[in-house]
Amino acid sequence: MNDNPAASLPAPQYSDTVIRQFSLAAVLWGVVGMLVGVFIAAQLAWPELNFGVPWLSYGRLRPLHTNAVIFAFGGCGLFATSYYCVQRTSHVPLFMPRLASFTFWGWQAVIVAAAISLPLGYTTGKEYAELEWPIDILITLVWVSYAVVFFGTIGTRRVRHIYVANWFYGAFILAIAILHVVNSAEVPAGWMKSYSAYAGVQDAMIQWWYGHNAVGFFLTAGFLGMMYYFIPKQAERPVYSYRLSIVHFWALIFTYMWAGPHHLHYTALPDWTQSVGMLFSLILLAPSWGGMINGMMTLSGAWHKLRDDPVLRFMIVALSFYGMATFEGPLMSIKTVNSLSHYTDWTVGHVHAGALGWVGLITMGCLYFLIPRLFGQKKMHSVAAIEAHFWIATIGIVFYIAAMWIAGVMQGLMWRAINPDGTLTYTFVESVKATYPFYVVRAIGGLLYLGGMLIMAWNTWMTVARGHAPRIAVPMPQAA
Amino acid sequence: MDILFLLIPLSVGLAFLILGALAWAIWRGQFDSIEAEGERILRSD
Repeated sequence: MNDNPAASLPAPQYSDTVIRQFSLAAVLWGVVGMLVGVFIAAQLAWPELNFGVPWLSYGRLRPLHTNAVIFAFGGCGLFATSYYCVQRTSHVPLFMPRLASFTFWGWQAVIVAAAISLPLGYTTGKEYAELEWPIDILITLVWVSYAVVFFGTIGTRRVRHIYVANWFYGAFILAIAILHVVNSAEVPAGWMKSYSAYAGVQDAMIQWWYGHNAVGFFLTAGFLGMMYYFIPKQAERPVYSYRLSIVHFWALIFTYMWAGPHHLHYTALPDWTQSVGMLFSLILLAPSWGGMINGMMTLSGAWHKLRDDPVLRFMIVALSFYGMATFEGPLMSIKTVNSLSHYTDWTVGHVHAGALGWVGLITMGCLYFLIPRLFGQKKMHSVAAIEAHFWIATIGIVFYIAAMWIAGVMQGLMWRAINPDGTLTYTFVESVKATYPFYVVRAIGGLLYLGGMLIMAWNTWMTVARGHAPRIAVPMPQAA
Repeated sequence: MDILFLLIPLSVGLAFLILGALAWAIWRGQFDSIEAEGERILRSD
């Protein structure tokens, strides 16, 4: 505190209410999204769990699961951490805090609208963009507001340098705006019915340009921003190489935009487009691993902290899964590999390595950092519970991925097996039957992961219950 | 493939915008004392 008589006004305070809201919402939607995930995993093993009820059917619940874990759980985590990081690194409260509050309530409205409309069967049929056009408009309003708050805060900053995490968050916000507006271009034909502005293979290309950049910018750039702020804070060490963080940022955001065609190998998409997708996906390995190495090496000289700090462990293990998934992805983008893996459960295993391993664990680690501080506590109510969560979640991930790897490769091999006379060796249903035990193991893995999330929810409840909402002053520059 | 007449100029334009952002960052001193910036977030809150 300075006692400069000119600073007679009280120091402004950080706008943390909206961060508290988003943090708690992230925990809630994590439980909901993972619960739906476990349910649909169980349905694949035991189809009776569809109960003959349309709004419990797998086809309708799957997009509810994907939207809930990506946009509700992941999205609230990104909102919370980006609003926290941009304020702390800029030394200003949020620009237009009431607009920030609108982003919270607006985003929750989007989530609730999804939770209602998807089970009722309203869908565009476009993966990760299933929500119908009225909800798409609401998403646009919320997202533009988010951009105004975030970039406005940077624009009014008191620290000249823009910390690297904010570049990642900023790229994520801008890219998602472009992706959403372009891919969700649709012609309404009723209150909850629309037709895509695109058709045929062009629509497929736009869809997977969107889909892969949802991964690259929502699930990667955004969470790398999270990583670059919260790992140094938790480890109490600066980023290993700030230089590398800048270089791999620009390489990453440029390269990701071109990787989409790898979802369309051996389809009607032109061959040259498929090749572009494969090439850039392979190049992408380098900037991705740059990020992983940078985050991990931040612990250089402080590896011992991993022994006693489970929060840090969440963050570092998240990075190792990030490294694994960003090696696996380029591998699967190779056309020859893809000819085996496409349409199999290997793709599902890959997705969940990234989703449970990277996105899930880094979000959990960062929320474990944030929640105590947002509620005036030094740490979470129970550190032992964080430990338990870490181990249960990690074991769950391993079960999930291993089951899907085996199932996926098996499916690919069975589908392409040919008898000497040229006929297919296996019928499709035989591959379904062979997959059954792996669906059971995967459901168990997911159940463990959900169990860990429930432990987190309990721990959060206990922490908040005995906490309060502190008012934290923005550090003001000292008088000359 | 007429859409390419739109897509290519649009992409080139976007690439120039991105290069412009990079140039702005360099010219405005964003990368002047890199290591210190990494440490800065640890000092203050």
